[in-house]
Amino acid sequence: MSNWLLTLPILIPLVTAATSLVFWRSVRTQRAAAVIGAIALLLAALALAARVDAEGIQVMQAGAWEAPFGISLVADLFSAIMVTIAAAMGLAIVYYSLWSMDRERESFCYYPLLQVLLMGVCGAFLTGDLFNLYVWFEVMLMASFVLLSLGGERPQLEGAIKYVTLNLVSSAVFLSAVGILYGIVGSLNMADLAVKLHGETEPVMATTLAMMFLVAFGIKAAIFPLFFWLPASYHTPPIAVTAIFAGLLTKVGVYALMRVFTLLFTQDVGFTHTVILVLSGFTMVTGVLGAAAQNEFRRILTFHIVSQIGYLIMGLALFTPLALAGSVYYMVHVIIAKTNLFLISGVVHASEGTYELGKLGGLYKRRPYLSLAFMISALALAGIPPLSGFFAKYSLVAAGLDRGSYGIVAAALGVSVLTLFSMTKIWAAAFWAPGPAEPAALGPGGERRIRAMMVPVAALAGASVAMGVGAEYFIGLSLRASAQLLDPNQYIGAVLGRNAL
Amino acid sequence: MSSLILRTATRYIQPILVLFSVFLLLAGHNEPGGGFAGGLVAAAAYTLYAIAYGVEEARRLLYVSPQGLAGAGLLAAAGSGIPSLLYGKPFMTGLWHEGDVPGFGEIAVGTPLLFDVGVYLAVIGVTLSIVLNLAEEE
Repeated sequence: MSNWLLTLPILIPLVTAATSLVFWRSVRTQRAAAVIGAIALLLAALALAARVDAEGIQVMQAGAWEAPFGISLVADLFSAIMVTIAAAMGLAIVYYSLWSMDRERESFCYYPLLQVLLMGVCGAFLTGDLFNLYVWFEVMLMASFVLLSLGGERPQLEGAIKYVTLNLVSSAVFLSAVGILYGIVGSLNMADLAVKLHGETEPVMATTLAMMFLVAFGIKAAIFPLFFWLPASYHTPPIAVTAIFAGLLTKVGVYALMRVFTLLFTQDVGFTHTVILVLSGFTMVTGVLGAAAQNEFRRILTFHIVSQIGYLIMGLALFTPLALAGSVYYMVHVIIAKTNLFLISGVVHASEGTYELGKLGGLYKRRPYLSLAFMISALALAGIPPLSGFFAKYSLVAAGLDRGSYGIVAAALGVSVLTLFSMTKIWAAAFWAPGPAEPAALGPGGERRIRAMMVPVAALAGASVAMGVGAEYFIGLSLRASAQLLDPNQYIGAVLGRNAL
Repeated sequence: MSSLILRTATRYIQPILVLFSVFLLLAGHNEPGGGFAGGLVAAAAYTLYAIAYGVEEARRLLYVSPQGLAGAGLLAAAGSGIPSLLYGKPFMTGLWHEGDVPGFGEIAVGTPLLFDVGVYLAVIGVTLSIVLNLAEEE
């Protein structure tokens, strides 16, 4: 029964969250449930990915209502990869939270909320229905609103207001676009839409709708010029929350962009994808310049999220097999590297009590392993071989040169150098510079707590190395995923049956 | 608020509201009603009680915590999808069992009922945890 596997990534977080709610008085039970749920989710995701890789696109028609009338869950290789990486980040964050989250937040349903967030993310990756995608976005946003403001500190609420407002605007645009699309085409099943949008619909209407979706998903993915909510809010909540937001949330927006602009809106690639290409260039450059102006650990990293999003949609804009494979590989790489950098900043804070670069120093001497982990993740982000970022950027740049898009290639390379500059700045100030003679007093838990927080940090740094060393396998996987993305007939055939083509 | 009229009336109205909410829940599949409407009515019943007798008393009457109810509801709703898997059908496929129950006549019981019960509990749980918390804030 292959269908089981498709529901598990949604069902497991739901059951975990519900169980935690039933035992809401016992933080200990919630912690145990969160760990078990996260491990189960990762195993289910891996099983799903293995099956999709072996047997092709998997489909489940929920409630046995046939497509295009019911809601289909679809896992192609790209979806399966995304679910797997989301589950892996979920596990890392849950483990990290056990040691870094304060009692207050833990007892206010932090763990169930995290599970709901994961459920929304996995649901968005797996759904084959555009309205259902909207629902999963809302599930995810609901949980993220609460996670962002949980604790109710003043800067948190200030950030949350900007975040909530902008995301509600985006949801409104998304919903309007879905409504208009349904009015024109009369279907919301993505496979069915793909058939109808390429047949009977006016290409001009399709392109207009495409731009609405670009705005809606663009806000969520934080692309230029719609990214300003992100640096205003992401550095305010506890670091574990920032890390999971940085790792996953904007990437769901990018996933949605990649899904609709490969499956649905390919009528006028010359126009739509050129718009995306220009936006990707600006996103990269503004993000990295914003980061260069910052002097706080988390703020620098938040601006880099924006800049990395530019690379992700650059692959989509170039729209060649190699470019899309580069985007898929880049997505996994950046989720790992970015999450880890935030986790490292959390360890630094636990050890030194501050995020300000000016007050940090001497970490290289006192915490050599932490320094090594930072170096790996930072260099991976900047794209130094043999780490994961190098191969990610290499495939994007190679694809850009193939297509003769020299402008974007120049931007991508220039931004890489500036990324390296930012990372060097953190390195020089926090790790390399002579630090305070007296190490700061450690918080509760002391050394033991920091050692425990280092476990996911080390695992993710290892993953960045492994993705670089085993690049042949991972690039191969990404190429298979991009081949599926560029051949919508596979997706349509899997959902609607072969005779639909 | 401590009005004798409200307190006395609540004592009669509250159980009727709860009964009515169960009626709505069971009527829901084919007629107006359902887990959501039923849950709201039941939550209203306990809210009325909280207004008349105070939040503490309402919590005591509810016996379990609202959060726990919401969690149990989610579990029931998620669980309603499981039987279809055992029959080799896609997740959430509705399964029905029809039979004659002496005294009631023909009755159909199915997994959608379990789903509706889940919604019912979740709605009561969420609504009451909001209302009771807000009432305590004052």
